[in-house]
Amino acid sequence: MVQFSLPKNSKIRTGKTWPKPDGKNIRKFQIYRWSPDDGENPRVDTYFIDLDKCGPMVLDALIKIKNEIDPTLTFRRSCREGICGSCAMNIDGINTLACIYGLDEVKGDVRIYPLPHMPVIKDLIPDLTHFYAQHASIMPWLETKTNRPAKEWRQSIEDRSKLDGLYECVMCASCSTSCPSYWWNSDKYLGPAALLHAYRWIIDSRDEATGERLDDLEDPFKLYRCHTIMNCAKTCPKGLNPAKAIAEIKKMMVERLV
Amino acid sequence: MRYLTDRKRAVGKGSAHSGTEHHWSMTVTAVILAFLVPTWLYIFGSALGGTRAEVLATFARPFPAILTALVLVVAMRHFAKGATSAIEDYLRGSARKATLIAVYSLAALIAAVGFWALLRIMMIS
Repeated sequence: MVQFSLPKNSKIRTGKTWPKPDGKNIRKFQIYRWSPDDGENPRVDTYFIDLDKCGPMVLDALIKIKNEIDPTLTFRRSCREGICGSCAMNIDGINTLACIYGLDEVKGDVRIYPLPHMPVIKDLIPDLTHFYAQHASIMPWLETKTNRPAKEWRQSIEDRSKLDGLYECVMCASCSTSCPSYWWNSDKYLGPAALLHAYRWIIDSRDEATGERLDDLEDPFKLYRCHTIMNCAKTCPKGLNPAKAIAEIKKMMVERLV
Repeated sequence: MRYLTDRKRAVGKGSAHSGTEHHWSMTVTAVILAFLVPTWLYIFGSALGGTRAEVLATFARPFPAILTALVLVVAMRHFAKGATSAIEDYLRGSARKATLIAVYSLAALIAAVGFWALLRIMMIS
């Protein structure tokens, strides 16, 4: 049964307010905090940053907070240029990558939460174990039955261009965690990210497992929980359109049937 | 506590190998209803305000009667399948199964009552 309210031990409380520094360009940050070690409810801590002494991106501010104010603040980050997908989080109500989301894009206080509707490991770090396992289940690799060619699997320029808008996905989980269908049924529904990747391999001219891939997706939950809500396309920090990829899979399914 | 691997949890019981028929059926019935419902509403609206005899005469005519029958069949099929999606979204386990049975029964009941009324109209007129 869908839960419409948070369990008692997940209710968010007001946390610590850290001292305000001197400066003219001060920005207020409200950041979700939770640690599995203290047995406390989640809280929202308040930090103040002088933007004149901080980089332009939200991730710059988080790193500044961790380095200079509160070293216990925990978050994932790596590449700092939107390629690794590590720093996906909910900023100002939008799932995005902190490293490519400018502080100037946020109006008012900067509210930062972990990706929604996922178990939290600590602070801004969601548990993506199930998300990655779902990705693995769609067999994200080239499946072939023909003997391996001497040099390489050849692909025309036209067929290669069909992968544009698909291969760029960095698996940050922003789309899947913005999808209400994924919130309610993530145990069975693969979600936009895994389905976008599934389509990337279905449409690959070199792949010889198209039928098996479609067979595996033909399920009321795995694929057809997508109700074209479009949150995935709206939130994708890379500007991709998982909903379109899902619609293309549905079209292929119908073409097999009718 | 179950010692299942992440992959086993993700794969679950595997694919049901169904769903496309439901998806296609919803698409087809939606397109058909896009034509049927406005036409039926036009006829229903024209009959509004008439005497009992006039209304009975309207729905006893072949076109309105067949149209009403078609609306009943297609709309109830569309309703039952659409409600199935919503129920599958929000309910689990026995509650899901019981609600699905209730919705399909309701759709069948509405269709049956509609057909009975239609037959009565044609028998009276």
